[in-house]
Amino acid sequence: MATLTNAPALRRKARRERLRTLGFLSPWLVGFTVFFGYPLVATVYFSFMHYNQVQAPTFVGLRNWRYVLEQMPLFGPALWNTLWLVVVMVALRVVFGLGIGLLVTKVKSGVGFFRTAFYLPYLAPPVAATVAFVFLLNPGTGPVNDILGSIGIHAPNWFNDPAWAKPSLVLLSLWGIGDLMVIFMAALLDVPKEQYEAADLDGAGAFHKFRYVTWPSITPIVMFAVVTGVVQTMQYYTQALVAGKLASGVSVGPGSVIQPGYPDHSTLTVPQLVYSLGFQNFNTGAACVLSLVLFAIAMAVTTLLMRKRAGLLSADD
Amino acid sequence: MARKLAALAAALSAGALLLTGCANPSTGSAEDDPTKPVTLKFWHGWSEDSEVKAIDASIARFEKLHPNIKVKATGNVTDATVNQALRAGGGDAPDVVSSFTTNNVGQYCSSGMWVDLDPFMKKTGLDKAKVFPKTLLDYTSYQGAQCALPLLADAYGMYYNKDAFAEAGIKRPPRTMSELRRDAVKLTKRTKGGGYERVGFMPNFRLYQNSPDRFLAQWGPTYFGKDGKARLAKGKAAKDFYATTADLMRSQGGYGPLETFRTSFGDEMSSQNAFLTGKLAMHMDGEWRGLFMKGAKFKWGTAPLPVPDDQPETYGRGYLTGTVVGIAHSSTHQNAAWELVKFLTANTDQVVAFANAIHNVPSTKAALTSPKLDSDPTFRAFLDIAQNRYSTALPPSINGGQYVTSLQDFSYGVEAGKVHDLDAGLRKLDDEIDADNLQAQN
Repeated sequence: MATLTNAPALRRKARRERLRTLGFLSPWLVGFTVFFGYPLVATVYFSFMHYNQVQAPTFVGLRNWRYVLEQMPLFGPALWNTLWLVVVMVALRVVFGLGIGLLVTKVKSGVGFFRTAFYLPYLAPPVAATVAFVFLLNPGTGPVNDILGSIGIHAPNWFNDPAWAKPSLVLLSLWGIGDLMVIFMAALLDVPKEQYEAADLDGAGAFHKFRYVTWPSITPIVMFAVVTGVVQTMQYYTQALVAGKLASGVSVGPGSVIQPGYPDHSTLTVPQLVYSLGFQNFNTGAACVLSLVLFAIAMAVTTLLMRKRAGLLSADD
Repeated sequence: MARKLAALAAALSAGALLLTGCANPSTGSAEDDPTKPVTLKFWHGWSEDSEVKAIDASIARFEKLHPNIKVKATGNVTDATVNQALRAGGGDAPDVVSSFTTNNVGQYCSSGMWVDLDPFMKKTGLDKAKVFPKTLLDYTSYQGAQCALPLLADAYGMYYNKDAFAEAGIKRPPRTMSELRRDAVKLTKRTKGGGYERVGFMPNFRLYQNSPDRFLAQWGPTYFGKDGKARLAKGKAAKDFYATTADLMRSQGGYGPLETFRTSFGDEMSSQNAFLTGKLAMHMDGEWRGLFMKGAKFKWGTAPLPVPDDQPETYGRGYLTGTVVGIAHSSTHQNAAWELVKFLTANTDQVVAFANAIHNVPSTKAALTSPKLDSDPTFRAFLDIAQNRYSTALPPSINGGQYVTSLQDFSYGVEAGKVHDLDAGLRKLDDEIDADNLQAQN
């Protein structure tokens, strides 16, 4: 009976609790709705509309989807390039970042110098770094090919050769590996010393110490680097665009537009295609379709990696 | 359950209304009185000091004639910026807009982003057919909507190094493609290391203004049939064009070596321009190049580009394009804006003065024959190209210049030797252009 008598008071209390919870959550809820929910709903909505950003949108059913998936010749190359960069660039950045991190933690003297030397390139703005790389690797006037030529190496055309353009972008990204190096360095310095001492007592060599002590300790950081690397590379845009534009040498005046992907679409990425479709051709519907495809791929890969991460890590992690 | 469904429906409806609301940019009006005081915002692409000085002088002349209209000009504006501003709308969006390319006129007209100027011409008694040459009127309209007017034109021809010609024993510029090939080979100078000191004529499509549509104009191609479908594969122009450019490359060392040499060139608009530094003996360019040739260390001349051997009667032709100007759909001062557009495009003295100042081809019939026009023979060659009956401009398309971009992409593949079946490639290109145009339709 007592419960029944207090029922209205309990309901009021529960409502207050809910309101309080919502109050605390509201900054996140507003941010989520404005910066994620609304754009996502709008992207889905416009993917079924013909909309040139001047006239009112009109419903066109699956026409935009069919256009992108069946008729647009650049979709295949852009997707291939993006996935190629995701696999190669992320893998090499992790390996290289970890390798530099290991080296820097092992250095006995001049630690500060080496840490600074490897971190500094990361501070260069992406556009400036890309301009410098294109200049250095210019097959006609750049010093790199001259130096390689003087020692008898026939250097490639780097950013001007479709086979070398993507590897050149990877080289550029490895030059700015400072961010990953710092993260890995922190993780490596955090590995408990006593575990190495125990491994020493057991007679473990350098490889075994890395395999059975270092690697299990830094696995969460490696997974973090891979997942964030995949998401970042899926959005790869600026460096590829600047490198392509500069290396092509094509003049871009007020009446012309930058056509991304030089040479032969080898550096065209999906985000560049989204920009071209949406803001150069004002083909909003098709741009939204491409964005959704990219979003779906990013979600799938990230989910897969997170599941893998769950399997790799123990409860203590 | 019913309440939850109703809430969901309401939320979705609100979302849809919000999306539709956000999707409608502001609209302007032509209800203004052009004799009332007003400040117009005019966006243009000129950025060189001499060019900005010339357009500012034009505006000053206009303001003197229309004391009630002030013009606030913003230079160095790209088409992309204009596009974004007009789509976003707002108080800072321009009233009068210009573009350095005719490629996007079809898109501007079909989308209504630039307003139809015919009602304004009718109101103020401007007979466009009497004032402007037909080719220029064609490239400023799309399917009957005259949403732009020409504000000076550009004609493409050949610049050649007279000293190099004399050294090679060549008496006059080539007139046919086989003469071009022969002279280009004579003028090409290789280094001991296998590189180049000078190339006779580089046809590579990424060289400065060498966009394939410009050189292709010498063959007189038909881009679209009467049904609006792309038809590059059906005519012989494109095939002959690619065969000629491939032959020109092969005879001067091949695509790869030429591309490597091209990457050593300086910026097009700088003193390191490859023609100005003597790395190219012949070069396709527009009439404005003459202004940049003042510091040349060699004698140079201009001529029309050669034509195919089987079309000798068309010699003198060239590719035409130009700056276009229009009124933004979002402008609320469209009648005043029209006064500025009319002055800039149709006032003969203004057009001649501006053309002389920035070394462009005038875009009205009266200005083209004006005695006040610059008498420099290197400039006059381009006036002749502009008036040649075989000279052509690109046809406007609903999808703007996307078909030109597709043609460029395809051409890059052809010149690199990656297209093994040209017929099949051109058919695929036509299909791609048709699919893109269909996608752009409402």
